[in-house]
Amino acid sequence: MNTVLLRNKAQEMRRLIMEGIAEAGSGHPGGSLSLVEIMSYLYFYQAQLHETDPLWPERDRIILSKGHAAPALYAALAAKGYMPHEEMLTLRKLGSRLQGHPDMRKLPGVEMSTGSLGQGLSVANGLALGLRLQNKANKVYVVLGDGELQEGQVWEAAMTAAHHRLTNLMAVVDYNGLQIDGFTGEVKRLEPLAEKWQAFGWQTVTVDGHSFADLYRGFNVERDDRPLVVIAKTIKGKGVQYMENVADWHGKAPSKAQAQEYIEGIGGDVRG
Amino acid sequence: MVNKPEATRDAYGRALLALGQLRSEVVVLDADLSKSTKTAGFAAKYPERFFNVGIAEADLIGTACGLTLSGLKPFASTFAIFATGRAYDQIRNSVAYPRLPVVIAATHAGLTVGPDGGSHQSLEDIALMRVLPNMQVWVPADGEEAYQMVIEAATETGPVYIRLGRQVVPHVTPADYKFEKGRAQVFGPSGDVTIIACGVMVAEALRAAEELRQAGLSVQVVNMSSIKPLDTEVLEAAASHSRLIVTVEEHFVAGGLGSACVEYLSTLRSRPQVGMLGVEDRFGQSGHPDELLDLYGLRASNIVAAVKRSLDS
Ligand SMILES: Cc1ncc(C[n+]2csc(CCOP(=O)(O)OP(=O)(O)O)c2C)c(N)n1
Repeated sequence: MNTVLLRNKAQEMRRLIMEGIAEAGSGHPGGSLSLVEIMSYLYFYQAQLHETDPLWPERDRIILSKGHAAPALYAALAAKGYMPHEEMLTLRKLGSRLQGHPDMRKLPGVEMSTGSLGQGLSVANGLALGLRLQNKANKVYVVLGDGELQEGQVWEAAMTAAHHRLTNLMAVVDYNGLQIDGFTGEVKRLEPLAEKWQAFGWQTVTVDGHSFADLYRGFNVERDDRPLVVIAKTIKGKGVQYMENVADWHGKAPSKAQAQEYIEGIGGDVRG
Repeated sequence: MVNKPEATRDAYGRALLALGQLRSEVVVLDADLSKSTKTAGFAAKYPERFFNVGIAEADLIGTACGLTLSGLKPFASTFAIFATGRAYDQIRNSVAYPRLPVVIAATHAGLTVGPDGGSHQSLEDIALMRVLPNMQVWVPADGEEAYQMVIEAATETGPVYIRLGRQVVPHVTPADYKFEKGRAQVFGPSGDVTIIACGVMVAEALRAAEELRQAGLSVQVVNMSSIKPLDTEVLEAAASHSRLIVTVEEHFVAGGLGSACVEYLSTLRSRPQVGMLGVEDRFGQSGHPDELLDLYGLRASNIVAAVKRSLDS
């Protein structure tokens, strides 16, 4: 694993997220930024993906269930080379392929249209079941929010995955501890979270979601016949100091000046 | 061709068995109602292609979506009330919005569920489904039509909602009938009155037409089994030939077949008087299906009365 590459890609994605949301004037920076290392790890190391073709039939599938973090997905697709970097500036604008929430019919590389929380795990299950039925070895990754886990459908799906022993499925929870109205522990607590997943028949591993080495450890634990969930401890707004761990930056755009300041602060041009 | 009375859900079960052999990409999902929805036959014959997600309708629809992403063709079944009500957002956002080729074959629609009562009698599913872009809505009148629809749905590249019933219904489709989406089935030449029906009401409409003909009126019956896409040609012809159009459905008057027809008719420069029969603004209740059709005024006699009333006024 080339951690320098993963770190550079993560940095590139953060710049794209900041610039894209600032240009749009709306969007979800907090939960996009907390995902950056996870997305970098999945897109540039863990998942089997084609260098140029986002629709390569043999690819692993990555479903972003927490669809409001669309900027993180678009940034990953741009960093991957599946779409031009400049297109990030069309985010949320009329006619853009970069809809406010991911639209699979508009942008190749978006595996599933999401935005209404709680639905991605069921879809990932169906995909994993279908691939297995057709003797395909591809893996399915699904990215969930921690607040999203308050949706009942997630637990319906958790039971389904365990029942069918979907070992070709891996879920990752972006455990940043925040949702819109505040800390998940205060709105409606999730803990004990690992035990919940275990009770539903899942193998769990808890990692630092900003450490590539730890993400590697999480996704590559010795597997048994249970589906795997990687509980990735993250910081909402990670990388942009004033956004870190602040609920208010869930769905508020930085100004263009703030984005510019951030980009200059870490060096480099967003299109670089 | 089966030309005996049959419940449309039984025809669904038959068609699934045929598809099991015909198309290896067909898979079936259920939510703990496989004996009632008649997916159990497919489950027994093709266990590896059948997924029972348990009592989890949201998960049922989501899982079906994922199966389409792997290239398979899922038929997802439960009762109409739970499919369209409990899992509405899943159908809206995960099926219709991305235009995934999920077939939702929902059984036990309408009052004819009978004794289970109002909590189980879906009278809004046509309305809920037809307002969704990309979604097609098909309502078979009998077993033969249901069978053909299910076979046809397997080749569709977008979502389809098929509304099926619990109780046995008379055979009404003619021998040479071939279901085509967007094409209604017309009984008799155009006349003074056109009765447009769907589902179990087609048989009632045919009986009503017979009675009205005996009373000297010329009456055409339209089985508008493809509610979306709607057969607008047939509607236009009816509008130009008839003095009166009456729609009849085992569904709320609000939002269903009648509404779909009236929405189109209202765009025409001239149109005849329209009457809409269905369940007015109230829920269903327990009772024998026949008793309920009587109580809610969904009988041939009610259609006859409505026609006479309209023409007299
Ligand atoms: C079904 C549904 N309900 C509500 C929302 C509105 N919403 C968007 S993001 C969000 C909070 C999500 O919290 P979490 O999953 O923890 O995401 P993160 O904090 O990582 O952004 C809510 C409630 C939604 N998108 N979908």
